Amino acid sequence: MNDSSVATPHAGGAPKISKISEAVIRIAGNSQDGIQAIGGFLARLAGRSEQEVMTFMTIPSTISGGPSIFQVRIGSGEVLSSGDEADVLLAFYQHSYEGHIGSLRKGGIVLFDSDHVEAKPEWEKDYHHIGIPISGLTVEAIGGTARDKGKNIYALGLIAKMFDLDVPKLEKLIAERFTGKDPSIVKNAMTAFHAGYSHSLGGVLETFKFVDSKNKGGHQVVMNGNEALAYGLIAAGVRFGAGYPITPWSDIMELLRRELPKYGGTFMQTEDEIAAISMAIGASYAGRVAVTGSSGPGISLKTEALGWAVMAEMPLVIIDVQRGGPSTGMPTNIEQSDLNIACFGSHGDAPRVVIAPADVEDCFYSAIEAVNIARKYSVPVILLTDQGIATRIEAFREPELEKICQDISPDFKPVAEHKPYDLSAPDGITHHLPPGTRIGSGKYPVVTGLEHDEMGHPTGSPKLHMQMTAKRRKKLQALAATLPTPKIYGPSEGNVLLVGWGSTQGPIKEAVDRARAAGDSVSSLHIKHLNPLPPGLENIFSGFNHVLVVEMNDEGLYGFGQLGGLLRARYCDPKIRGLNKTDGLTFKVKEILERVKTNVAAGLRKQ
Amino acid sequence: MSQTLTESPKAGVNLPPTVPAPEERKGLTKKEIAADHPTWCPGCGDFSVLALYFKLIEKRKLWHEKITTVAGIGCSSRFPYFVQAHGAHFIHGRALPFASGISLSRPDLHVFVFGGDGDAFSIGGNHFNHTARKNIKMTYVVMDNWVYGLTKKQTSPTSPLGFKSKTDQWGAVDYPINPMKQAIAAGATFVARTTHSNPNHVLQMMEAAMDHDGFSFIECLSECVEFYEGAFDASNPRKGGVFNLVPADHDVTDEMAAYKLADEPFPGRFGIFLKKPKATKNAKEAEIIRAAREKVTGLKDWQILQKNFDRMK
Repeated sequence: MNDSSVATPHAGGAPKISKISEAVIRIAGNSQDGIQAIGGFLARLAGRSEQEVMTFMTIPSTISGGPSIFQVRIGSGEVLSSGDEADVLLAFYQHSYEGHIGSLRKGGIVLFDSDHVEAKPEWEKDYHHIGIPISGLTVEAIGGTARDKGKNIYALGLIAKMFDLDVPKLEKLIAERFTGKDPSIVKNAMTAFHAGYSHSLGGVLETFKFVDSKNKGGHQVVMNGNEALAYGLIAAGVRFGAGYPITPWSDIMELLRRELPKYGGTFMQTEDEIAAISMAIGASYAGRVAVTGSSGPGISLKTEALGWAVMAEMPLVIIDVQRGGPSTGMPTNIEQSDLNIACFGSHGDAPRVVIAPADVEDCFYSAIEAVNIARKYSVPVILLTDQGIATRIEAFREPELEKICQDISPDFKPVAEHKPYDLSAPDGITHHLPPGTRIGSGKYPVVTGLEHDEMGHPTGSPKLHMQMTAKRRKKLQALAATLPTPKIYGPSEGNVLLVGWGSTQGPIKEAVDRARAAGDSVSSLHIKHLNPLPPGLENIFSGFNHVLVVEMNDEGLYGFGQLGGLLRARYCDPKIRGLNKTDGLTFKVKEILERVKTNVAAGLRKQ
Repeated sequence: MSQTLTESPKAGVNLPPTVPAPEERKGLTKKEIAADHPTWCPGCGDFSVLALYFKLIEKRKLWHEKITTVAGIGCSSRFPYFVQAHGAHFIHGRALPFASGISLSRPDLHVFVFGGDGDAFSIGGNHFNHTARKNIKMTYVVMDNWVYGLTKKQTSPTSPLGFKSKTDQWGAVDYPINPMKQAIAAGATFVARTTHSNPNHVLQMMEAAMDHDGFSFIECLSECVEFYEGAFDASNPRKGGVFNLVPADHDVTDEMAAYKLADEPFPGRFGIFLKKPKATKNAKEAEIIRAAREKVTGLKDWQILQKNFDRMK
């Protein structure tokens, strides 16, 4: 809790109120207790209060129940990660208390349900303990047969009191959440909330008030990465998709299935992963770029059809919400180990585009970019997100939908003649005509996975295979030339450059801030366009003594992670080394800082 | 808004411009429909299926741009290259989901899928079952030759017991799939059987399949003269066999009766085994869209999205 003055015990008087600029609250319980709902309310409130917010959650991969946490970091300034240590731990059970007290900073507050948790005296000197019989008080407040259902909302009331949160806004959020349900549910929720809010915090020595955040103008919207991505696709004009359920991708297909019919489109649940990509490609061929997606094993299954889309030069958007692998791996954990399959997964030479959004807001805009690249270059584009970014909630500036939403309806205007694989096309870019288009010459195209001539008919000609292979490569080289060079965070010259991709942008930037505050020379670079890579990276690397590629994947047989290996192969720069981990959890800022220190020291020894 | 499932212009659909009325455009000639010369072996049964597809297009006055020909991998799956129309040659076994993507987003097109027994019942077996049960509108002609021809004589899922192939030198040991039973059990709403050696019957079946609103499946025996010569002689009167039609009193809406017909030993029966009216996936999705759009009448796409974003503030 930055900027908070040290809590000093008051003899008897009212609790001291400290102004704070940010706070990390960790809620630990079981997955069915509605702890995600508390986190969601807090995140949404932050969004409405012009604050920044980032959440982090773990869900068990069991079918129902099991320990689960939800961490919310709210700040009046920039929030880059979900926070290494919690300021407040809300523990519903003994296992939540014992399992998560280690994540609380020394001197932090543990708020626990004394109906289920017995405090350990040895921890009481390090952490401020506040025991409240949350379950019992919830039953007492609501009455009836609801048992302790609603204790999450009671706890929300306690937190609202502790942080002096905006009660009318929270009431509105609660009412909105339960709109359309039985009125007694809203009533019970409000009762629980107010009971919690008016409960005396007893021995609390200090409550907190957020300093006002700088007004950034405009409204904020609050959502998770999967939602941002799905809405981005809709804004981009995608109206057809197909998928097969798999965690953590399923949320996206559920949302699109629900929303697309409003726009005249639809989303198909298919019999398997292969059918999903095949159906999406069929719809793309029919005239409007379509979407498919998956996680882990599903991506492996899709690669043959992906190769067809490369060969036939068919636009397509494929979402890969990465999880721990290989095989079934760790379905509810985070990993960035699909970069290789995204960039290279196929037999044959099969160039495609790979883009990795860096945060929730970026998911929205990257989806639109992916659609537009797929259309412009007639190529499959893979959007690589991960379990962390998919499920975490962030607030961001509301997009101007009227300006952003695009109409990508196919054009069926008759043409005089058409060659789908015209070798003389500028930059080798193919533009297919959808079926339904009349062609004056009477010569119609075939789209195919066989090597083909300019009309799409099969060929065994060595010359044509060379020309067509080059055509499929050259259009991506043309795309590469248009990509922006990523901006360095921090000075453009120094000792260490941290290079990242995907959801690690926040913790890496925060690591740079902390390192620089401690006097170390560290900058960072985040690469969003991973295949093809943007121009100018070699000039950036030349400004640093060490280039450490921070990735949540294995260091590999030769000591480099997946992006590390790609950059090594591309730039032949021995300064490029890996900073990898495979624990299935997001990077903590201090973890990056510690690893940088040891890594740089080891690197210096080698030199 | 376009390329959507609803056909009503009121739903904001922007389908291709209406084709001029038939009298304004002459029907296509065989020359205009034929593309590459087929690469099949001389005498292959597939020639006859291709010729009858041309005849269907001529007879029914289908325009180049109104049909889409889709195939997977195999000898017969070379089909799209030989037809002068929009076509797609997709990957092995996956022609049906690809064609479903077209069918479900383009109600204005006739989607025809051609393939072999390996494509349909081996590598693509799962898709056959699901496309049939969902009743996605398209016509699927399986040119069944009881052997893998393109890879030169391996056992196929329809190879009869004892058939000597390169992968079963001593004769096939796996029980073959009965395509008709498979289709009926999967819930196909139009199931017919024909053979390349009876051209008039092939055309009849194709016409009936095309007119069926739903997933229409035709098993067309198509002899592989190179690797399974004489396989279907017993069904060809010119070779001393018998061509038995489905009995005139057969009720095409009776699934059990259809299944019994399918159980007859080779050469079995030819004709329509099953034809059952059932709502298509296409119609059901169009209804979901209609109901959803009714709630957002008058709103532009960005305004519909804005409503969602307003709830996330």
